[in-house]
Amino acid sequence: MTSIGVLNVVVYFVVILLVTKPLGVFMTKLFAGERTFLHPLLRPLEKLTYRLCRIRETSEQRWTQYTASLIAFSLMSFLFAYLIQRLQGFLPLNPMHFGTAKAPAGATAMTPDLAFNTAVSFVTNTNWQNYGGETTLSYFVQMTALTVQNFVSAAAGVAVSIALIRGFARKQANNIGNFWVDLVRATLYIFLPLSLLGALFLCSQGAIQNFRKYATVTTMEGATQTIAQGPVASQEAIKMVGTNGGGFFNTNSAHPFENPTPLSNFVQIFMIFAIPAGLTYTFGMMVADKRQGWALFAAMSVLFLAGVLVCYPAEQAGNPLLAKLGLETRATNLQSGGNMEGKEVRFGIPTSALFAVITTDASCGAVNSMHDSYTPIGGLVPLFNIQLGEVVFGGVGAGIKGMLLFAILAVFIAGLMVGRTPEYIGKKIEQKEVKMAMLALILMAANILVFTGVSSVAKFAQNGYWNSPGPATANVNNNGPHGFSEILYAYTSTNGNNGSAFAGLNGNTPWYNLSLGLATLIGRFLFIIPMLAVAGSLAAKKKLPVTSGTLPTHGALFVGLLIGTVIIVGALTYFPALSLGPIVEHFLMRQGKLFSMAFFSIWS
Amino acid sequence: MRYQIGPAFRVTLLMTVLTGLIYPGIVTGLCQLIFPRRANGSFLELNGKIVGSALIGQNFSKRIYFHPRPSAAGNDGYDARASNASNYGPTNQKLIDRVKADIEKFRNENPAYHGPIPADLVTTSASGLDPDLSPASALAQAPRVAEARRATLDQVKQLISVHTRGRQLGFLGEPRVNVLALNLELDRQFPVR
Amino acid sequence: MATFAAPPVLDETTLLPKKLAHSRPLFDPPIVRRAVRESLVKLNPATLAKNPVMFVVEVGAALTTIFLVRDIFIHASGTGFYLQIALWLWFTVLFANFAEAMAEARGKAQADTLRKTKTDSMARRIAPGGAIEVVPASKLRAQDVVICQVGDIIPGDGEVIEGIATVDESVITGESAPVIRESGGDRSAVTGGTKVLSDQIKIRITSNPGETFLDRMIALVEGAERQKTPNEIALNILIAGLTLIFLLAVVTLQPFSGYAVSSAGSGEIPSVAVLVSLLVCLIPTTIGGLLSAIGIAGMDRVIQHNVLAMSGKAVEAAGDVNTLLLDKTGTITLGNRQAVEFAPVDGVSGPELADAAQLASLADETPEGRSIVVLAKQAYNLRGREVADHEAHFIPFSAYTRMSGVDLNGRRLRKGATDVIVQFVIEKGGVIPPNFTEMSDRISRTGGTPLAVADGGRLLGIVHLKDIVKGGMHERLEHLRAMGIRSVMITGDNPLTAAAIANEAGVDDFLAQATPKDKMEYIKKEQAQGRLVAMTGDGTNDAPALAQADVGVAMNTGTMAAKEAGNMVDLDSNPTKLIEIVAIGKQLLITRGALTTFSIANDVAKYFAIIPAMFMATYPALNALNIMRLHSPQSAVLAAVIFNALIIIALVPLALRGVKYKPESAARMLRRNLLIYGIGGIIAPFPGIWLIDRLLGMLHLA
Repeated sequence: MTSIGVLNVVVYFVVILLVTKPLGVFMTKLFAGERTFLHPLLRPLEKLTYRLCRIRETSEQRWTQYTASLIAFSLMSFLFAYLIQRLQGFLPLNPMHFGTAKAPAGATAMTPDLAFNTAVSFVTNTNWQNYGGETTLSYFVQMTALTVQNFVSAAAGVAVSIALIRGFARKQANNIGNFWVDLVRATLYIFLPLSLLGALFLCSQGAIQNFRKYATVTTMEGATQTIAQGPVASQEAIKMVGTNGGGFFNTNSAHPFENPTPLSNFVQIFMIFAIPAGLTYTFGMMVADKRQGWALFAAMSVLFLAGVLVCYPAEQAGNPLLAKLGLETRATNLQSGGNMEGKEVRFGIPTSALFAVITTDASCGAVNSMHDSYTPIGGLVPLFNIQLGEVVFGGVGAGIKGMLLFAILAVFIAGLMVGRTPEYIGKKIEQKEVKMAMLALILMAANILVFTGVSSVAKFAQNGYWNSPGPATANVNNNGPHGFSEILYAYTSTNGNNGSAFAGLNGNTPWYNLSLGLATLIGRFLFIIPMLAVAGSLAAKKKLPVTSGTLPTHGALFVGLLIGTVIIVGALTYFPALSLGPIVEHFLMRQGKLFSMAFFSIWS
Repeated sequence: MRYQIGPAFRVTLLMTVLTGLIYPGIVTGLCQLIFPRRANGSFLELNGKIVGSALIGQNFSKRIYFHPRPSAAGNDGYDARASNASNYGPTNQKLIDRVKADIEKFRNENPAYHGPIPADLVTTSASGLDPDLSPASALAQAPRVAEARRATLDQVKQLISVHTRGRQLGFLGEPRVNVLALNLELDRQFPVR
Repeated sequence: MATFAAPPVLDETTLLPKKLAHSRPLFDPPIVRRAVRESLVKLNPATLAKNPVMFVVEVGAALTTIFLVRDIFIHASGTGFYLQIALWLWFTVLFANFAEAMAEARGKAQADTLRKTKTDSMARRIAPGGAIEVVPASKLRAQDVVICQVGDIIPGDGEVIEGIATVDESVITGESAPVIRESGGDRSAVTGGTKVLSDQIKIRITSNPGETFLDRMIALVEGAERQKTPNEIALNILIAGLTLIFLLAVVTLQPFSGYAVSSAGSGEIPSVAVLVSLLVCLIPTTIGGLLSAIGIAGMDRVIQHNVLAMSGKAVEAAGDVNTLLLDKTGTITLGNRQAVEFAPVDGVSGPELADAAQLASLADETPEGRSIVVLAKQAYNLRGREVADHEAHFIPFSAYTRMSGVDLNGRRLRKGATDVIVQFVIEKGGVIPPNFTEMSDRISRTGGTPLAVADGGRLLGIVHLKDIVKGGMHERLEHLRAMGIRSVMITGDNPLTAAAIANEAGVDDFLAQATPKDKMEYIKKEQAQGRLVAMTGDGTNDAPALAQADVGVAMNTGTMAAKEAGNMVDLDSNPTKLIEIVAIGKQLLITRGALTTFSIANDVAKYFAIIPAMFMATYPALNALNIMRLHSPQSAVLAAVIFNALIIIALVPLALRGVKYKPESAARMLRRNLLIYGIGGIIAPFPGIWLIDRLLGMLHLA
């Protein structure tokens, strides 16, 4: 690690620390229906929205109604996104004629299974992409299907988090808020202003924003190069601030038009953590004990920095197999050293590793370097981050939900050790909470492990409909343990609604499109519904007074306990799988073992 | 559930218009107004002809030019319609073979360079369109370019140093040299006769 | 007021009475024999299915055995290893069964003792016409009226409706001193199975056959009525959930290793026995095997305290209590007030007052009266005199006059509450000295009770009676406070007196001049703020409050109504025991939490033992994870399985005795327990597994 690299991490962390409180205060006021500095500007628009959509701003919902609204909205969003993609050939703003006979050579067809996967993926804030944006989608689809979902799926995530926090904050209440109101407020007051500013800034750094057809230029050596265009900056901004992560282009934030400079890169990673960090403060404020929010913040910070401290040195150490060929792996003043396969020169090692950790701590999934080409340990960190449930700040809304789930478990297991029925934030943690938390945890583990297991052995006919390359393992780009990691990462990422990938896996086949789409749906809704049930159950409870017999959940001890619970539960669930992927690959790499030949399955 | 469909439809429709059309429209308008060059792709010209984008890497294979990093975009690399990376894992035989071949090629083309191979020089970038090289990778090619251009090594090194952009704000990212800009400047200052 | 048995000697560090620590020996041979037998019976899958964790182990053991039989049949290699795995898996189930059986056997042994006393006696029932008929006790129904005489066993639970008798209740309480039972008031309840020692009483039976107190007690100690408590159910969900997660992790390991084997081109997919071993090592068998034993043992501890808890839920709730309502008399103070000072009015000497007070108290056999005689002797060397009956006429205390005294040689000596004595003096034409009211107020303010003494129309002064706070009470309340429990003193005294005693004892709050209604309202107010309240009571008028409180401990000497309303009955009728009950409740929860944490923490080491062993042939590189340097894959797997089984047995004493409990703040308790059971739980298996691996190597078992 270089001192400049460490400085990058430190400055980044300090900036996040600084915005946590103001953003947290802003969101608390916003969701409590109080006036904020943006109200003079946006309140009329908000009221107009309610009128047009016939939403009663003042009526509240029970958790079941809240959930029903969320599901109805997601269903409707899915239909919109699916239809817009399928009909792109008939829609405007399509200068490259995607979806028509005039589409350029090499364009990807928007098949029903791919459209399903993409629609599900964007509606759930996952943004897993089995297509390359510039070879598949018209500008109209990018804007009205994908950009829109980037906004509202993020807003829905925030809404659910706020509802969950209300569960902790309220006393003997039936209702946990109004989904539509929370959704509209999050979109209008948080995501629109931040995206607008972000888009302008990204454009100032070189991100493009136009509706032109792809530019064809003659290069200096006389070759022809066609350069993709489009309304990138506007989508890029919400993609980061909404922790969606779905790139306009195939290579996401590594593409120079999406993320042109180190400064734009810094702003992008800032946008990932800003709102999730602020939500910890919102949590503290809403439950009327700010220390509780800071405790979550502290636990997240430790996990974040630990991830960086593993990933960054691993990437800087580089690939010993390449070093043996004469490649420089030490950083010098004139070059970055380390593992530069799949990384951009302008970002180098530290900001690439930092980005990889942040994007998987959160459920963002944008990438500025290719995780598939990371060293085994460097790649293990993003993978494990997602498996932990993306609880480290997490996606907008998703992180705090996951962390609260772990807090419930930690309090339940360890809380018994103080001789009381476990309680958290004055709420007794009883059967229902434990049941729902375990349900979510089991479903997430099953989702990842079972799908990965099936794909490790599933046989399909070569050139058949389901998976034309043949067996599901034939879609990997790397053999040996790394190929297994690719499959494991895919289901981990979709389950976690992350969207980043070990992108060597060719996922655009009906089998992967459908199974990954299903994993995405399970990961989103079978996590959110139990958590909303917890919110409903908690809201109805009395708030217990704090005494010296109460387990303190704001000190270093609890932070340590929470971190321990997150890591141990995660490690125990996924250690066997990880040991057959990145862990064994690490030892094999050090022994100099390489994998090339296509293997044949013993299951045949 | 039935009562949820109405609001769901209206909210989705309204949000599609607001965030899918109005928002990108406003951003496009503002960007075209404030940053027209950047919003349209930061294209560079030579003799009034657009030769590419400053942000998008293009291939150079002639001895008189600095060569960019290898690219995995499209079938032949540097395809700016289809950005892509190799996605080779660290234990992939193909990665080792490719790097080995590229090192061999580089050593052959640059016999004057004896130092270690800079990490970025023979590895593919994430986008396949990386417009930059590390200063070390540019310097490693300097003797070859100087020789082909009949310029002195110092002149070429001077040019590299002028085109080296330091870390942004002094700490962000890595120092880098834009290959297209550097090669354009080479053609201007040391035209090949 | 009830009479209270002497409180058990306390171990100051644990708050638990010493007698608990040395009650029955943990591994009493007959109990162990019984438990071993039971643990085999409990292998029945239908029984075991109630415990998902152990059920999974049993299924795994059965699977391994089936594959073993197949292997032996086809003469496959490695059967010795599989045999050992199968054996140890069965042992794992047996050990868990044994833990539960041990806990149950202890209760059953106690129940047997009780049952022996429950011989079917004959009862003399008064028929509606008034005739007495002799019927078996088992035929008695509620509302029947029976007569019991000296030597009779009381045939069922009931209320004394006529007469007074001394009763031997040692069957229930273990206390040999006889107690008095009389009609009316708070000492009217009698319990079936107890014996009348004197006099004759008429009893109205209040329970039907099979529902008597003794029946219920037997059922409770036997654990027959045991229902899982809310916390236990939640914990069960947690460990069942974890089991399911580990099941997923292990089952999917099969296709994962299918990929690994085909991509590495060597090794083979782990055998069922090895996969089952990994699963059994990972699922929380320690807590899964000991959970019910902990619960049964917790109830058992309550019973050994001579407290009958009507449900485990009540014991658990005791651990959660935030507010303790403690009766002043008998709990915070010694039952009786004592004279500490003679305060004569102006113009009267101390000895004169003391002499009059002593004379007035000579026939007063109450502790207060005796303390006046003693104080007079100590302060002024006035000996108690024998006063012959013909010289003196003693006036006993009556609720009507509210004073007592003696008429002696024409003197009319009286002592009593200040207002009655003042009235008495005025009636006799005397005057009230000017500083009298001030003196009386001073005594009240300091928590004392002023007892005025008059000689006819002459007011002599005041005897200062004082409530004596029990020794060590201040410290105990301090402990409670550290645990986050507020103590509230309930007293019939006036607020002034109450405040002074509250201050001296160190309670957090007090309720003065408390009526049953006040108590009830106080409880409701606390509960509305989310607090859990515990209280003791014995009178019928306590019943509503006992029912309202989250933990209501009725005194055994109390009325049947009180016993029915509360959720625990203290057979010793010692209200101070509430504090111990809280400690037991907490200890129960702590033991569960500690073993759960320990169980989960243990898994880390097991991964390091089994995963490298599993893939030794496929990926020899994974041996880097074999940080314990276990000498072969077989011994590694076996060592982990054996450790996993043995740890259950090793922790049986802890589960039965409970984790050591010290009253302190939650934060400190958590830190200590996390260190021992969390960090300790991660570390302990490493040397343990390593050691077993070495032993296996030495014995050539693997």
